[in-house]
Amino acid sequence: MTSSPEAGRRATGGSHPLHPEPEHRVADPGADFIEDLTPEDLAAQWEEERPPAAGPAANIASAIVVTALGVAGTIGSIRLGLGSPAEPEPGLWPFMISVLLVVLGIALGLFGRNVLDAEKFSRSSLQVAAGLLSLVVFTLLLGRIGFEIPALLLNVVWLRFLGRETWRMTAVLSVGITVAFYLLFVSALNVPIPHLF
Amino acid sequence: MEFFEPVLNGFGVVLEPTNLLYCLLGVVIGMLIGVLPGLGPAATIAILLPLTYGIEPVTAIIMLSGIFYGAQYGGTITSVLLRLPGEASSVVTVFDGYALTKQGRAGTALGVAAIGSFIGGTVAIVGLTFLAPLVAGFALDFGPPEYTALALLGILLVATVSNGGRLKSLIAAAVGLLLATVGRDGFTGESRFTFGSLELADGLDFVPIAMGIFGLGEILYNLEERHNKVSAPAKVANVWPSRKDLKQASGAIGRGSVLGFFLGILPGGGATLSSLAAYAMEKKRAKDPSRFGRGAIEGVAGPETANNAAATSSFIPLLTLGIPANATMAIIFGALLIQGVTPGPQLVQNDPELFWGVVNSMYIGNILLLIMSIPLVGVFVRILRVRPAILAPITVLITLIGVYTINNSIFDIWLVIFFGVFGYLMKKFGFEPGPLVLAFVLGALLEESLRRSLLLFGGDATQFAGRPITAVLLFVFIVVILLPVLQKARKNRAAKATTIPTKHKESV
Repeated sequence: MTSSPEAGRRATGGSHPLHPEPEHRVADPGADFIEDLTPEDLAAQWEEERPPAAGPAANIASAIVVTALGVAGTIGSIRLGLGSPAEPEPGLWPFMISVLLVVLGIALGLFGRNVLDAEKFSRSSLQVAAGLLSLVVFTLLLGRIGFEIPALLLNVVWLRFLGRETWRMTAVLSVGITVAFYLLFVSALNVPIPHLF
Repeated sequence: MEFFEPVLNGFGVVLEPTNLLYCLLGVVIGMLIGVLPGLGPAATIAILLPLTYGIEPVTAIIMLSGIFYGAQYGGTITSVLLRLPGEASSVVTVFDGYALTKQGRAGTALGVAAIGSFIGGTVAIVGLTFLAPLVAGFALDFGPPEYTALALLGILLVATVSNGGRLKSLIAAAVGLLLATVGRDGFTGESRFTFGSLELADGLDFVPIAMGIFGLGEILYNLEERHNKVSAPAKVANVWPSRKDLKQASGAIGRGSVLGFFLGILPGGGATLSSLAAYAMEKKRAKDPSRFGRGAIEGVAGPETANNAAATSSFIPLLTLGIPANATMAIIFGALLIQGVTPGPQLVQNDPELFWGVVNSMYIGNILLLIMSIPLVGVFVRILRVRPAILAPITVLITLIGVYTINNSIFDIWLVIFFGVFGYLMKKFGFEPGPLVLAFVLGALLEESLRRSLLLFGGDATQFAGRPITAVLLFVFIVVILLPVLQKARKNRAAKATTIPTKHKESV
C-alpha cells in the first residue's frame, strides 16, 4: 500500500506555527532549521498531530454497520438459493462472504472496541460537508446548463471558502481553471461533455 | 537468443514516439504527485483512469506504471528538504535525509537518493526480465484450485500488511468481495443484489469505485486537514554527490536493491514495507548505529533504493499470476481489464509486445527520472510552493469530468460521489481502502475459481489439500491468520506471569 492516509496526514501536518515544539537544539553548522528531533521524537510529534481519535463508540458503530450488512447479505443470498458445494447456486458465494462479515463485525464489536484508529468528527469536518454539497450542486447543474458555470462556482467554493485564498486569487484562478478545462476538454479533446458555449 | 527476441522487440514498442511521450507524461506526473503532499500514486492513477480509454493498452500501462515508480522518486524531495514525506514509502528517509539538510548537505542526500533509486529500479527491471517469464511458465499449469488459494492468500496478505488494523482491513476486503457479487452471476446469469436497477444489472464498474474510494475519498479527507504553508528552500546546492559519499552509500544501495526486489514480489509487500525494512537493516549492520537519525547517508540510500526496487518488482505477481500485490497494482489490474487484457501467466506469451513494452519502458522512465532528480531537481523544488488549496479544485474537476467521459453518464458521476463519501468515511473510521479495492478486483476471479474447483472436486472441499501447490498456499494462509492470535496468546501469558497491566490494545 503506497498511498496510505498516514502519508497524506504527515505530509500536510508538518511544522505548526501555533505549536512551538520543545527546543533541544544541538550546536549544528546549519542550526537555523526548524528544530532538532530524533526519529523517536518525530514519530511522537506525528502521533500528536493526528486528528483526535474517536472513542469506542465509533468502533461499535462500525461493528453494527458491518454486522447489519452481513445479516442483510446473508438473507439476500439465502433468497438467491445456496445449492450444495457440489452444485453451487448463485447465493452460495455471497452467503459465505456475508457470514464472514457477520463474524468479523461481531469480532470488531467485542475485541476491537478500544483500538484508537477511528477519528473524531470535528468542526473541520463541516468543510468536507460543504465540499460534498458543492459536488452535488455541480452534478445537478451539469446536465442542465453545461459544465462551465458549475465548474466556476465549484472553483470559487473550493478556493475561497475551503482553501482560504484571497478574493483576487480566487477570481483569477477560478476563471483561469475553467477556461483551461474548456480549452482542454471541449476545444482540444472534443470530449462530449455538456457545455453551454 | 530465443529468449531475448521478444525482449528486444519490446524496445521497439517503447521507442515509438507515442509511447515515449506517455512514458514521459507518466513519470512527470508521478514525480509531481510525489513532491506535492496530498494525493498518492494510487489516487492519482485512479483519477486518470478515464484518460486510458482512448489509447492503446501498452501506452496506457506505460503511463500508469510511470506514475507509480515516478512517485517513489518525487516523494524523496519533500522528505529530505522539509521533513514531510511526500509518500508513505519515503517516511523513513526523513530521519537522515532531513538531518543531512540541516548540515547543509541536502544536495548530497537528494543526489544519493536519486542514484540509489535509479540503481534499485534498474536492478529490479533486470530481475523482472528474468524472473517473470519463469514464474509465468510455472503458473501456466495452475488450475482453479491454485487460483482460489492464490487469490485468498493475496487478499489476506494485503489486508494483514496494510496500515490499518487487521480486523478492519479484513472487513474492508470482505465488503469488496461482496460488492463484486453485484450484478449478473457468471455461471447462471441470475441477477444478484441489483434491487431491480438496470444500471446495476451488469455489476458495479471498477472505475467509479476506484476513482471514488481512492481519488475523491482522499481529496475529501484532505479537506479536513490543516492547509499548511510550507516554506520551500529556494535553491538546492550541488546535487552531485562526491565520490566519498557514493562509496559510503554503495553497500546500502546494493543491499537495498536486493531486499526491495524480493519484498516487492510478496503480496502486501511493496514500496513502504521495503523502505522500512531497508532502514532497519542498515541501522543494524552499521558499525556505529548512533549515526542514524543524525545524517547517515546509508539511511537515505538504503530505503530510497529499496522502495524503487520494490515498486518495480511488484509488477511481477500482477503480470505473471494476475494477482495484484498492492492497491496500486489493483488499479493497474483494473486498467488492464478495461483494455480487454487479462493479466495472467499467458500474458508473456500471448501479448509479448504489451509485456515487454511495459517492462522495457521502465528503463527509459528511470533514466528520465534520474535526469529530473539531479539536473532538474530545482524545478520540482520550486513546485513545492504551489499550495494544496489550489490543486484541490483542479483534481476534483478532473475526477468528475473524467468519469463522465467514460460512458457520457451522469449516473457514473453520482457513483463516484457516493463512493467518494464512502471512502472518506472509511478513512475516518479507521478502515484502509486498499484491501476493499483489491478484493473487489479479485472478487470475480476468486468466486469463479472457487466454484470451478468445487465442481472439479464434486463438492468435496478437502480435495484442496490434495493438490501440493494449493496445499502449501492454504497452509501459508492459515499460518498468516493464526500467527497474530498465537503471538497475542503468548504475550498475554507472559504479561500475566509478570502481572503488568496493559492499558490499550495497539491493534487487532
